[in-house]
Amino acid sequence: MTTKFRILMGATALCASAGIAAAQDVTLTVATVNNGDMIRMQGLTSEFEAANPGIKIEWVVLEENVLREKVTTDIATNGGQYDVMTIGTYEVPIWGRQEWLKPLEMSAEYDVDDLLPTIREALSVDGTLYAAPFYGESAMVMYRTDLMEQAGLEMPDEPTWDFIREAAEKMHDPDNGVYGICLRGKAGWGENMALLTSMANSFGGKWFDMEWVPQFDQKPWQNAITYYVDIMTNFGPPGVSTNGFNENLALFQTGKCGMWYDATVAAGFVTNPIDSTVADKVGFAQAPSAEGGQKANWLWAWTLAIPASSENAEAAQTFIEWATGKGYTELVAEKEGWIAAPPGTRTSLYGNPEYTKVAPFAEMTLAAINSANPGSPTVDEVPYVGAQYVAIPEFQGIATTVGQLFSAAASGQSSPEEALAAAQATTTREMSRAGYPK
Amino acid sequence: MARKTTTGQRALITVAAWGIGLLISFPIIWTILTSFKTEATAIASPPVWFNFDWTLQNYIDVNTRSDYLRYFWNSVVIAVGSTLLGLAVAIPAAWSMAFQPTKNTKNVLMWMLSTKMMPAVGVLVPVYLGLRSMGLLDTRIALVTIMMLMNLPIIVWMLFTYFREIPGEILEAARMDGANLRNEIIYVLTPMAVPGIASTLLLNVILAWNEAFWTLNLTTTNAAPLTAFIASFSSPQGLFYAKLSAASTMAIAPILILGWFSQKQLVRGLTFGAVK
Repeated sequence: MTTKFRILMGATALCASAGIAAAQDVTLTVATVNNGDMIRMQGLTSEFEAANPGIKIEWVVLEENVLREKVTTDIATNGGQYDVMTIGTYEVPIWGRQEWLKPLEMSAEYDVDDLLPTIREALSVDGTLYAAPFYGESAMVMYRTDLMEQAGLEMPDEPTWDFIREAAEKMHDPDNGVYGICLRGKAGWGENMALLTSMANSFGGKWFDMEWVPQFDQKPWQNAITYYVDIMTNFGPPGVSTNGFNENLALFQTGKCGMWYDATVAAGFVTNPIDSTVADKVGFAQAPSAEGGQKANWLWAWTLAIPASSENAEAAQTFIEWATGKGYTELVAEKEGWIAAPPGTRTSLYGNPEYTKVAPFAEMTLAAINSANPGSPTVDEVPYVGAQYVAIPEFQGIATTVGQLFSAAASGQSSPEEALAAAQATTTREMSRAGYPK
Repeated sequence: MARKTTTGQRALITVAAWGIGLLISFPIIWTILTSFKTEATAIASPPVWFNFDWTLQNYIDVNTRSDYLRYFWNSVVIAVGSTLLGLAVAIPAAWSMAFQPTKNTKNVLMWMLSTKMMPAVGVLVPVYLGLRSMGLLDTRIALVTIMMLMNLPIIVWMLFTYFREIPGEILEAARMDGANLRNEIIYVLTPMAVPGIASTLLLNVILAWNEAFWTLNLTTTNAAPLTAFIASFSSPQGLFYAKLSAASTMAIAPILILGWFSQKQLVRGLTFGAVK
């Protein structure tokens, strides 16, 4: 063998190994929503890339509804544009059952048993985990401790709807720009219908009976909607029908609401002194119930899942284990403090004194999440899962229409009875069109 | 002859014009103002107008999180590319319909317009599947083509209207002088229709720049334009209005500046043919 030939061989081998190394470089396209915790995750990309050489992350950050539309199109057409998708607890069981998602088999180090049981159950289909929770939430009452004291009342840990009404009445002072209670009124299956569905659950209502017959013509829904319209009309802020999560957050943070019943994730915002003028005057209580029965809480988690069409499933799983693992929580705590740790997914976080010390809402959040029961969300037996939604593909469309009807009732354009009758008619029609009972 | 107006009338018209102008531009002015506020001031109630601590922090945050120039460049390629491609197809089409009409010309025009009557979402899945099998998802070439097809009816209609105002005799004269079809279109028709073509071009660049259905649904990272840039700052859980406003201001600034400099052509083009 001549020297020249040897050099040539050596060079070829080098090129080949470089080629293999280059081929191992994977770029993951991760689609996510523009919420605070996800922005933080995006900011920590370099940490992941440093720990996992050969995997690069490309982010697609979008508004929730735009994201939902895009990833649904992609997954339904097997488009393969994304390797990791941020989806909610609503999609996971539907998509998992369709085999649109890859089942997740986590490593021992990930400690899947540390996930909060209700959250884990909501993300599994027949015991198989299809998505890993990034942050989870339930619902609770946030209230102004100073105004509650002025009103001469004391908020119980587990208030009833009657107490909430009484407190709203006493705290309501529109002349000074304070409204008794702020609740969602903006139409949308994830906006006012999340609130109203969980409220109806607590009044003993349900969307469908075991034969998939809509139940808006039954007493519990009438009670819930009548209560809602009454409390919003008398003690709510003006323009209720345009208030969603963000609008109410703005109202509460600027001191306009006596109480606000909404997602537990709001607790982190309203107690943040940089943005909130009432940060040191906020108390928390569990979701209300009717006479101490079923609470009006819900369960939601933003999760990371791998679409079946992804060609980089192995790297995607590595990323998911990193982003939803214990190590990530510690990384966030180290960089930005324990208060910034993504809430509502792991038991260990709530056992960590460093976290509970800085997060006054930790205990309430955990209790709310643990008491949510999407598998059996209401008093009676129902054929569906989901606390503040019904996990069937038709729900988005139906609930958006029903949400518009109830939003109109909240703004006084129609009466609760008219809205309920119209909701019953439209849901019956859509369900029979979709072929229920199946 | 200009109509006589009294000073009082003129003052009234001026005030009304300013009022309407301010009303129309209010959302944009408010967006720009909000982009200089902190998140807490952005949601202040009652709203703060000018008396706040102006900050550039939102612009800094937006630029740290996103690569603005990449989105900007994609917007430019998609908006300008699709419009130029559209003009190349539409000029001959409008010529034939304006100067060589047949009994079906009207029907063809109506049929072209009718394609705009269908909601875009109705063809999303077929288009998505088609692009997927051609491997063209998230590419600029796909967006340029789709945007061209979307705006083609408008381009053809606008050009047709302008061309119809040009006397056919001039083209005949050119033909008598020995101009062939190509020369007739390039050297005689096009120069006369420049104001019309310019306004068509500008209007369609603006339409393509602002289009937010296809550009959002057919792109992920490589071809994502400024519409995706704005969408990435809108949040359902969290108050990021000031940052969203900063992102919106950055997204509309180029087209606003373009519109400012070309408003003469825009106005002339849009009123061309209406008054003689």
